Amino acid sequence: MLDYETLKLIWWLLVGVLLLGFAVMDGHDMGVGTLLPFVGRNDVERRVVINTVGPHWDGNQVWFITAGGAIFAAWPLVYATAFSGFYWAMLAVLWALFFRPVGFDYRSKVNNPTWRTAWDWGLFVGGAVPALIFGVAFGNLLLGVPFHFEDNLMPVYTGTFWALLNPFALLAGVVSLAMLTFHGANYLMVRTEGVVYERARLASLIFGAVMLAAFAGAGVWVASGMPGYVITSAVDAGALPNPLDKTVAIQAGAWMGNFQKMPLLWLVPGAAFAGGLLALLLAWARKPVLAFIGSAVAELGVIGTAGVALFPFIMPSSSDPRSSLTVWDSVSSHLTLEVMFWAALIFTPIVIAYTGWAYKMMAGKVTTAFIESHDRSAY
Amino acid sequence: MVTEEVVDLSRLQFAATAFYHFLFVPLTLGLSFLLAIMETTYVMTGKEIYRDMTKFWGKLFGINFALGVTTGITMEFQFGTNWAYYSHYVGDIFGAPLAIEGLMAFFLESTFIGLFFFGWEKLSKRRHLLITYLTAIGSNLSAVWILIANGWMQNPVGSEFSYVTMRMEMTSFWDVVFNPAAQAKFVHTVSAGYVTGAMFVLGISSWYLLKGVHVEFAKRSFRIAAAFGLAASLSVIVLGDESGYAVTEHQQTKLAALEGMWKTEEAPAAFTLFAIPDDEKRENHAEIKIPYALGLIATRSTDKVLPGIDQLEAQAAERIQRGIVAVKALEALRAKTGDESTKVTFEAHQADLGYGLLLKKYVADVSQATPDMIAQAARDSIPKVAPMFWTFRLMVALGFSFALLFGLSFWYSAKNTFMEKRWLLRWALWFIPMPWIACEMGWFVAEYGRQPWTIYGILPTHLSTSTLSAGSLYGSLAGFLFFYTGLLVVEMYLMFKYARLGPASLGTGRYEGEANFQPAR
Repeated sequence: MLDYETLKLIWWLLVGVLLLGFAVMDGHDMGVGTLLPFVGRNDVERRVVINTVGPHWDGNQVWFITAGGAIFAAWPLVYATAFSGFYWAMLAVLWALFFRPVGFDYRSKVNNPTWRTAWDWGLFVGGAVPALIFGVAFGNLLLGVPFHFEDNLMPVYTGTFWALLNPFALLAGVVSLAMLTFHGANYLMVRTEGVVYERARLASLIFGAVMLAAFAGAGVWVASGMPGYVITSAVDAGALPNPLDKTVAIQAGAWMGNFQKMPLLWLVPGAAFAGGLLALLLAWARKPVLAFIGSAVAELGVIGTAGVALFPFIMPSSSDPRSSLTVWDSVSSHLTLEVMFWAALIFTPIVIAYTGWAYKMMAGKVTTAFIESHDRSAY
Repeated sequence: MVTEEVVDLSRLQFAATAFYHFLFVPLTLGLSFLLAIMETTYVMTGKEIYRDMTKFWGKLFGINFALGVTTGITMEFQFGTNWAYYSHYVGDIFGAPLAIEGLMAFFLESTFIGLFFFGWEKLSKRRHLLITYLTAIGSNLSAVWILIANGWMQNPVGSEFSYVTMRMEMTSFWDVVFNPAAQAKFVHTVSAGYVTGAMFVLGISSWYLLKGVHVEFAKRSFRIAAAFGLAASLSVIVLGDESGYAVTEHQQTKLAALEGMWKTEEAPAAFTLFAIPDDEKRENHAEIKIPYALGLIATRSTDKVLPGIDQLEAQAAERIQRGIVAVKALEALRAKTGDESTKVTFEAHQADLGYGLLLKKYVADVSQATPDMIAQAARDSIPKVAPMFWTFRLMVALGFSFALLFGLSFWYSAKNTFMEKRWLLRWALWFIPMPWIACEMGWFVAEYGRQPWTIYGILPTHLSTSTLSAGSLYGSLAGFLFFYTGLLVVEMYLMFKYARLGPASLGTGRYEGEANFQPAR
């Protein structure tokens, strides 16, 4: 039996793993959706693009669903507070995601150009909007969110939807959108040839550069004295969780604290830059498989940087700092964390194994000739 | 402050999106196994027509599946967006089966559904068949975990309240998993899905037979659907009885409401076949009763008394009185003004905490509750009788009619004369929507009958929502209405288009309506 404090830390890592799984797997589908109207200029080209992710997008989307479910199970207060507080942002994500299953499955079932073009733009929305909003949400976590708890721990959000769209959060949104589009472009290069490949390569070079620039910009913004949060009371990491049992202060530059305490952590943002730069060079050098791995490493670095900077905070409160949610006090019970830990430990490798097998079975380039000979059965 | 309007709108939105989601789930559950049966036949006999059947019904499956996925995401978001206090209060237990559903079931189903559609040329026959089974197993495993979560809402076992964390916490994972309420609901729900899948195939095949197109294809599909549907419709009745028995054990208020039992009767109670329940006067008009039947069905005994609404309300009033003590003690403990004796008082009354919380609808400080408020809260503890009474009976009547239809279809397909029984084919065609109605009625009985609780006996519905404004809820409801109407129109359009095209949509050249059609010799 693992002790409570260890399990709390493990779950911080596991949520990170699920978010990374989402970014690497569903992220490339979203990037492909975002690029669809631009790298495919006619119906057959667009069908090539769609069919590169056709057999896999649904399984990949489960990373997103499972991450949501795991946050519910492991961090119920975060699930309750973030989802209800970011109400309209969550609905925008949800409604944008509506376009994906139907877009993929229905688009090519009717042979009418207007119908097909409409669904192409639907797939664009379903890729770009969630990618942007996830980044905006992370940006707001770094800034702190106006919420507090009532005595019975009912979360109350006191901000507005529009307040979420502030300059720093939008910059974080650009990081996220560019990152997933970059990753999607690298995936498209792996699975296509000819003009679609060339356009995907151009997209990779553009969005890779945008991601690196925006991530560097956000880093400078944070490092140059952006207010962060610190716990000022004694922390009993093994205690029963109660978010109102602590005091928290807002301090300029506090998000740099973890990096100053543990210089080794600079490797995490380092991975974002190294992975991103290598992926850019590899895309330029026409090595798409390695470029895809590079952009996955960049995703690890970007998500990890936000997580490490915030630690132990998950969702700081700007209006009532002591209500801030942390790794120590927004978690489930010891038993639930333990049960879920074993479930994740058993099933995640199984999922990765059969997903790998599924990709292996469907490997190879999707060509225009394939689409033309599979008019009825392809997406 | 959460207003009653916000609670009602949150309930409306949840009900609407859940009902809508369940338009797509039962067909996925049922059709996935029918596809597996058809493909097994193909692999065993090598006859192409069975592969065409798998592909064609698979196409319709896909059209339905897309919306199942779309609307399922809403369900997972909605606990957090609209039921924040619920999510905090019971997430420790309720979240776990949802997360495990993702890891264990939804990944399986969603990864292999892609290979089902696109792997026909890349996989060997046997591997593809394995994929089809894994998809079906995945979708059914999903139902296991969702119904474990739902079963816990109905019968919250394996957990207890902690005043430090101010929420319910899991004490036994296996008690939650093997909750008898959950197990009974799971088998009943998936059987209903199998009935839905069978009716869908039976009805559309009947339409081809009535029109005289794709006859060989339709005959084979009809036979498979008739056999599968007969087994499913019988099991849905037997397992529905099992699910009802679980309700007798754990949710007496639900049983009393759906049976319209205003007064406690001597055992064994009579079954009310027909009545016009009157929630105002608290009595039934025009009753037709079958003596002893309910007592025998619901308690499986001749001597166990089933409490009527009068008795259940009196019990609730007592529990509310004890609950007031629990709420006051809890508030003192939370404010850290209590001492060891407060803790002892709380622990002694903890079991009735939820009943004390029922009063929060009427008064913030429950110790100020008037006898009128307590009486009203006790009344609230019984769901409205008329809607329960009727939806339950409609569901049961439909259930028996499915068994009859599938029984006849199976009989005539055994005698190989079903093609000539046009009345049977018409019946099957026009009955296509009925399993959906029965499924939705079933959910209505289960969830409306759970009121006034989200977690039965633990957390009242009116305390479970998020702190949202009514304006936000009107906005989101309008958005859902817009998207869901649009999606349903598109889905139905495609479903009809492809059902009309029939197997000709596969482009094999073997079916009527294709440019290069050549009848098989």
